[in-house]
Amino acid sequence: MRVLGWIYMALAYVFVFLPVAVLVAFSFQDGRLPVPPFQGFSLRWYEKVLGNDDLMAALGNSFLVAVVSSAIALVLGFLAAHALARVRLPGSVLMRGVLIAPMTVSYLIIALGLLTMFGAAGVKLSLWTVGAGHVVINLPLCFAICFAAMGDQQRSAERAARDLGAAEWQVLWHISAPMLAAPLAAAFFLSVTFSWDEFIIAFLLTRFDVTLPVEIWSMLRSGLSPATNAVGSLVFLVSVTLVVALELLVFRRAK
Amino acid sequence: MTLEAKERRLGWGLVAPALVWTGAFFVLPFVAMLALSFAHMEGRTVVHGFGAGNYVRAFTDWTMVKALVNSLEITVLVTVVSVVLAYPLAAIIAFRVPARWQRLALLMAVLPFWTSYVVRSYSWLLVLGQNGVVNKTLLGLGLIAEPLEIASTRTATVIGFVHFFVMLLTLTIYANLIQLSPNYMRAAQDLGAGRWQTFRHVVLPLTLPGVVTGAFLTFVLCIGDYITPQILGGNAELTLPQLIMLQMGRSGNFPLASALSVVLMGVVTLAYFLSARWLRLDRL
Repeated sequence: MRVLGWIYMALAYVFVFLPVAVLVAFSFQDGRLPVPPFQGFSLRWYEKVLGNDDLMAALGNSFLVAVVSSAIALVLGFLAAHALARVRLPGSVLMRGVLIAPMTVSYLIIALGLLTMFGAAGVKLSLWTVGAGHVVINLPLCFAICFAAMGDQQRSAERAARDLGAAEWQVLWHISAPMLAAPLAAAFFLSVTFSWDEFIIAFLLTRFDVTLPVEIWSMLRSGLSPATNAVGSLVFLVSVTLVVALELLVFRRAK
Repeated sequence: MTLEAKERRLGWGLVAPALVWTGAFFVLPFVAMLALSFAHMEGRTVVHGFGAGNYVRAFTDWTMVKALVNSLEITVLVTVVSVVLAYPLAAIIAFRVPARWQRLALLMAVLPFWTSYVVRSYSWLLVLGQNGVVNKTLLGLGLIAEPLEIASTRTATVIGFVHFFVMLLTLTIYANLIQLSPNYMRAAQDLGAGRWQTFRHVVLPLTLPGVVTGAFLTFVLCIGDYITPQILGGNAELTLPQLIMLQMGRSGNFPLASALSVVLMGVVTLAYFLSARWLRLDRL
């Protein structure tokens, strides 16, 4: 029974890692196709990818959209969570429901709705329209994480600060936010990765400036290529570095 | 002004930005889409009006009905398989792996989560394709004579989805299992329950809300996804999101695409009510 458990775990890891291993391995393929047989080790696809201006522009766009939209989502989510956790407001259950609602709606529907509205209002599609959509998908997440993290411990500290004459923004900035540093960082980081990786909203709501997933999508249209593997491997490397850094910096310290 | 009134005004001020944003970029667009779904096309122009024609088509046109059925079949299969595969993995990590290694084990189990979503589906194409790793290996071992046709089938779509959701569910189920006090299990065993009975009557009921929440999330993300079926399943059989994209792209029929989206949302809402009893969306 015990052995069976370990075997199961090993098989699960193989399943989970198989596509990534294949992806990374064949990004070094010295040939035109990223499938067996492996024809030798080469870095030329990385060279090609890093010299591709469209890809690098898309990378920059993705980064910009991810950071800006996540920051907005985090601030809005944090303020709303603070209000709903601390102040007794009429209709607070309904408000919580409205704020969480986008989480249960497919990105495709959110994108189509925004496309319809922007079209009717004559708003030109750009990275800003994508960013607005990304705030919509990340706001519920930021709100939920902040709301769940608001405890009684902070409440006392906040009250003490208020009694000592702090204005509300000072309470938020000097007391609440620092006490919630770990969940705030986690919410921001999760939002960044979701926005960074989001395809359908970015695909439908941009015209000329595209984000990285959309650029990769257009690479796929020309068939299998080790260049796509190289891009994928690079994105993976960057994300994993971020995850490990976050793990070491934020969560270790939080304990 | 009383202290309470002042505090309340402050509360409104803090919650307002988030509500306004959600209203302007989520509720309003949805209303616009809903309105558009009752319009119809004349040639290539949208004629606004109030007709149910698109909805009639969504439920009578065989292509549309088939897409809805495909989506439902794939999503239910993916959700069930993912939960069944993820639960034991989460349990092994939570109960068998020594405490100090658990975070690492979990991090490793979900590491591929951090590859780009588009790239992940593409990677499965390299594994499952006609010249892919699986076929080349099986051919090389002499186990098959002809390459298996997995890519561009429903199987490939399901494998791609299950891969993603096993990771997601392992995380959520682990988070629930680790919160269980070991005393419950000890108590059950002291009272003479076997392993299976302990699981069936203690562990499973206590983790059910977490499992259902994860399963609901899987359902929502899976049924609304365009990328995985498009890359791995191809165009042989369409899912609802693929059909919606097709209506928008090729035919420019936004009213019909909107109506199909409303149907998609209706299905998700139905799933929500079916699982609402156990759902804890604010405690993910």
